Amino acid sequence: MSGKTKTLRVRKTTVNALINYAMVIVVFAATQILIGQGAISNTIQSMLVPVCCYVVMAVSLNLTVGILGELSLGHAGFMSLGAFSGIIAATLLQDAVPAAPLRLAIAMVVGGVFGGVGGVIIGLPVLRLRGDYLAIVTLAFGEIIKNVIQVLYIGLDENGLHFATKEANLALSETGKAILKGPMGATGVAKLASFTAGFLLILITLFVVQNLVDSRAGRAILSLRDNRIAAESVGISVTKYKLMAFVISAVLAGAAGALYGLNYSSTVASKFDFNTSILVLVYVVLGGLGSIRGSIIAAAVLTLLPELLRNGAINDYRMLIYAIILILVMLVTNNPTLRGGVDMAVKRIRGIGKKEQTEGGAQ
Amino acid sequence: MSFLSYLITGISLGSIYAIIALGYTMVYGIAKMLNFAHGDVIMVGAYVCFFAMAGLSGQMEAGSLAAAVVPQVAGVLLAMVVCTILGVVIEGLAYKPLRQAPSLAVLITAIGVSWFLQNAAQLLWGAAPKNFTSIVSGAVSLADGTLNISYVTMLTVVTCLVIMVGLTTFIGKGKMGKAMRACSEDKAAAQLMGINVNATISVTFAIGSALAAVAGVLMCSAYPTLMPTTGALPGIKAFTAAVFGGIGSIPGAFLGGLLLGIIETFTKAYISTDLSDAIVFLVLIVVLLVKPSGLLGRFVPEKV
Repeated sequence: MSGKTKTLRVRKTTVNALINYAMVIVVFAATQILIGQGAISNTIQSMLVPVCCYVVMAVSLNLTVGILGELSLGHAGFMSLGAFSGIIAATLLQDAVPAAPLRLAIAMVVGGVFGGVGGVIIGLPVLRLRGDYLAIVTLAFGEIIKNVIQVLYIGLDENGLHFATKEANLALSETGKAILKGPMGATGVAKLASFTAGFLLILITLFVVQNLVDSRAGRAILSLRDNRIAAESVGISVTKYKLMAFVISAVLAGAAGALYGLNYSSTVASKFDFNTSILVLVYVVLGGLGSIRGSIIAAAVLTLLPELLRNGAINDYRMLIYAIILILVMLVTNNPTLRGGVDMAVKRIRGIGKKEQTEGGAQ
Repeated sequence: MSFLSYLITGISLGSIYAIIALGYTMVYGIAKMLNFAHGDVIMVGAYVCFFAMAGLSGQMEAGSLAAAVVPQVAGVLLAMVVCTILGVVIEGLAYKPLRQAPSLAVLITAIGVSWFLQNAAQLLWGAAPKNFTSIVSGAVSLADGTLNISYVTMLTVVTCLVIMVGLTTFIGKGKMGKAMRACSEDKAAAQLMGINVNATISVTFAIGSALAAVAGVLMCSAYPTLMPTTGALPGIKAFTAAVFGGIGSIPGAFLGGLLLGIIETFTKAYISTDLSDAIVFLVLIVVLLVKPSGLLGRFVPEKV
């Protein structure tokens, strides 16, 4: 204790980070209580793990797009790598590790490692490119990963893993079992994922990303986003820090993928296509580039929104409404005239509120 | 002989990619935005043509010469008109308000438009695939029947060449073309020289969308399954082709589209049907790593 400062000073970034943790914990606790009381429908309950996965996906993509400032259109590729490696790891360890939560944790670590390896392989060549070219190459890598997994057959018997590009070539023994069947994907997967695991993964993700951003390395990454040439001129290694952000993002996406894959009894590679990458990008942009809290809220709300709209008369129109809302939000937040108008309206409404309050106070 | 027939299929597929890529590359060159809704304009064009042909051929006298020509021509023209209007309206409502916005905001808006078009199409026309009737049927048989070239293939290649020549002349010679080149170089300076930048961008979208309609009709004539997501994958492939050739460059889009079509067909024929997409994208990545601005793209050095 120095004794000099009597009041405890907490930095703004720390406060922000703590608010994020608190928000996630409160929502998790509230959801658990509501589930206990039976207030949440089965449909929404089945969405909880995917919501956690998409929150992690959005926060990790925000690291690449918002904080590093490079547009990536292939984030679902890492999720795919994580999902299928996680499924295979979980199946391999079926007998060796009987405890399901431990098996899930190992599978998520394996998923993260595979995602990270993919991140290094893709990041090293790709990060030399800039802007839209980088975006198209990440898109291409995402499609390649999807395509390769679609032709891959992986089976397991007492001799270990077998790889092939045709089911007949797997050459499994009689007790063997095909885990991954090309375009059919992984079937017969033991569902290990739980909401609690998703919650813990979100906390770990927040811990990693928030501490990274608030470190020396994080400031180097931010400086690359703001002005690459200036950052380079003061001796910041472009490749090192770009790759660092990109790979961490890929590791987290891989772990989220493993959780996602182990939430369903069957998973196909085409689930993790360009559209999924775009969907996560939409969460990031709508939540606000660089804003971790924005990503969490946007991912959670927008994953649940189509499900919540799934009733009554608007069911047929829900995706149309979703698209229109997306366009309108982008227009209102980015057009100076529209934005000015909305700000004025908000001010006026607030003004009326204040007036009423003061009048009420006078009485 | 199979090599030759694969080559012809590849050129035909590549011509379709090239026509779509021209739309991407023109819009990118001038508005500096990735118009992800372009692929869905293709789908709308194909649907309009499909319904126009179905409606008109019912009213025509069967077997007459008019019945064989009028519905097709009218269908294509109507599709072009509808798509042109659609392109200009999309640009005016969704992209024009975002002229000063960061490029990522415009990209997300374009994705929103793409989802809107796909879902609107699904509501209007149903999710079930429709079987598109080819606008021209039949084929010529060469070399004792070992080599068949369908009329659609020939029409596709010829149309692509005509569009290519027409567009190069239009942009190289005409006043509007000059305005387009000026806008792509420097919008602010172009405005100071008295060029109506907004009108120029609208014209670009109109041309790009009309080309998309043509591409949609030709594509569905060759590959007749038509559904609301028909435009999505060719859209991505054509976008890849545009980047491959150097985005913003018109000859680049033509070359990129053609090469992509040929590579895709040959991989399907000689290497692997299932892995063709992966190999096409791998070639793209290798090209971009060796030449980061694409085959015919210009390298613009960064300044501080």
